[in-house]
Amino acid sequence: MSKSVRLIAGAALTIAAAAVVLLPQQSPAQQIAARETAKKPSKLGLGRAALPEEIAAWDTDVRADGKGLPAGKGSVKQGDDIFQAQCAACHGEFGQGVGRWPVLAGGLDTLKADRPDKTVGSFWPDLSTVFDYVRRAMPYGNAQSLSNDEVYALTAYLLSMNDIVKDENFELNDKNFTSIKMPNAAAFFDDDRETSEKQFWGKEPCMKNCRTAPKVTGRAISVDVTPDSKAGPKVD
Amino acid sequence: MKDRASADQLSRRKFLGAASLAGAGAALTALPAVAEPAKPDPLITEVQDWARYLGDGVDKRPYGSPSKFEKHIVRRDVPWLTASPESSVNFTPLHEIDGIITPSGLCFERHHSGIAEIDPASHRLMINGLVEKPLVFTMDDIKRMPRTNRIYFLECAANSGMEWRGAQLNGCQFTHGMVHNVMYTGVSLKTLLDEAGLKPNVKWLMLEGADAAGMNRSLPIEKALNDVLLAFAMNGEALRPEQGYPLRAVIPGWEGNLWVKWLRRIEAGDQPWQTREETSKYTDLLADGRSRKYTFIMDAKSVVTNPSPQAPLKYKGRNVLTGLAWSGRGTIKRVDVSIDGGQNWQTARIDGPVLDKSLTRFYVDFDWNGQEMMIQSRAMDSTGYVQPSKDELRKVRGVNSIYHNNGIQTWLVRANGETENVEIG
Repeated sequence: MSKSVRLIAGAALTIAAAAVVLLPQQSPAQQIAARETAKKPSKLGLGRAALPEEIAAWDTDVRADGKGLPAGKGSVKQGDDIFQAQCAACHGEFGQGVGRWPVLAGGLDTLKADRPDKTVGSFWPDLSTVFDYVRRAMPYGNAQSLSNDEVYALTAYLLSMNDIVKDENFELNDKNFTSIKMPNAAAFFDDDRETSEKQFWGKEPCMKNCRTAPKVTGRAISVDVTPDSKAGPKVD
Repeated sequence: MKDRASADQLSRRKFLGAASLAGAGAALTALPAVAEPAKPDPLITEVQDWARYLGDGVDKRPYGSPSKFEKHIVRRDVPWLTASPESSVNFTPLHEIDGIITPSGLCFERHHSGIAEIDPASHRLMINGLVEKPLVFTMDDIKRMPRTNRIYFLECAANSGMEWRGAQLNGCQFTHGMVHNVMYTGVSLKTLLDEAGLKPNVKWLMLEGADAAGMNRSLPIEKALNDVLLAFAMNGEALRPEQGYPLRAVIPGWEGNLWVKWLRRIEAGDQPWQTREETSKYTDLLADGRSRKYTFIMDAKSVVTNPSPQAPLKYKGRNVLTGLAWSGRGTIKRVDVSIDGGQNWQTARIDGPVLDKSLTRFYVDFDWNGQEMMIQSRAMDSTGYVQPSKDELRKVRGVNSIYHNNGIQTWLVRANGETENVEIG
């Protein structure tokens, strides 16, 4: 503990002790003033200032409006090369996914289908999510190893893979980034369960003769996917 | 002997309320009395090793573990669910625990890039963004702040997510085991935010983990200032590494994905970040192709943990039916249980603490004569929400939501006591 911190802490303790003694003798006006002061968050004096270099090292997030995008650029072609070297082992050459690793491309117009394919192209509402996620978490097992230009190039390649950009000479950069719109962007809406599902509230549940005798229509043991079974439905 | 058993059974039924459960399903026959053994039990008549020889001394087990006879009680995963164990989930063995507190070592795990092993001396928490003064805290700093203790459930939004299309996994560990309930010790997030000083235009925070996934989620400021904790302990000991040691977020009643583990940074902003975990994941795809987002709150839910597929009935006569209920909106007001697939219900007995946004334990003590049963439970919470049937839920959500499946579970108990996960219609 530094000397100054110790002094501040000591001073705070002294003030606290003094307040306990003095408060009962305060005038009403003083008491009101004390309450007003108490409304403001009192600081504990813990923690230290974050240095700009430290903030820069950790604050790598990118928001949907482009806030946080670093200067940089990368083309579809460059992204293809990086993708084949760094990503294709899991995601497949064309983003089709290997085994149970995530599928990145395709799936357009499948969201109402029996088995939707929720890919970057068919589902993700914001391009910034690709940049933010790849930059912080990919490649899997070697996170934060890509340069900003490489992340731009990979993001451009993902756009191309999903036919969101058609030109393989396309270059993505911090200037044109927010001009790219994702196909499924408009399909998201805020949680509305308290209105759209309000029938689940406030009803007195039935206790007697609530339904006809039920029949078994499905059995987990028939599906046979409980551990140590190999096959199973895909869950992301 | 037989007469005595019957009379006894009747009085017990009256006392425990099992008569209504029996009445709801089938008439129970008189119970067979437990016969006296032909020969004396050698476990009683012969001196056992543990009664003769010395056991381990005090320092043999400096940090105690469960008995060696409990080795089968472990978290288990479903290997086909995910591509790699480092980005995967395992499940709490709900059918093997009781009360409301989950033992720390049995709390389900969900990681995105494996467990970050962090020396607390090397851990830093940064608060930056729209604050008066960006700050860095050490774990020692955080442990000098005023502390609070709270018991909360944590449920993964994908709990029961494999069951949308029908019965898939045969065990409540797998259908409902992405939930746990522990006592957290930590500091109010508001305390730390006050240290940094939020600017007036802050509407959202972003929480970020120190793991190799850099897990990040946006959190509305109203919730952050209300009841969010940063916890460093669970059940009286330091957080387990797999639960975010040395520091995790506790977001009461909200989906587990928001409870960022290995928490290293909080950024204040004026809009949500639209991270991977709140757009491509943890959004609820509906039948019309649209997706609901920011579905943070976990709706009221319950499950009978015993009997269940991994915990079949072994005896006719006296049995304990038990289960858990919880709601992200408040406390559990009532739990009803049916043994005939929802035709008739009786109110279960709640025992133990009934706490806000915590697992709540219920029981029905009953006599079983070997009839087939379709067991269900239905939770009601303090906001008047009644847990819906799976069909009611599918009607409004479709079957592609993955997340937030809180529909009523059905276990079929066969005449031999075997129990299985079924869908009924």
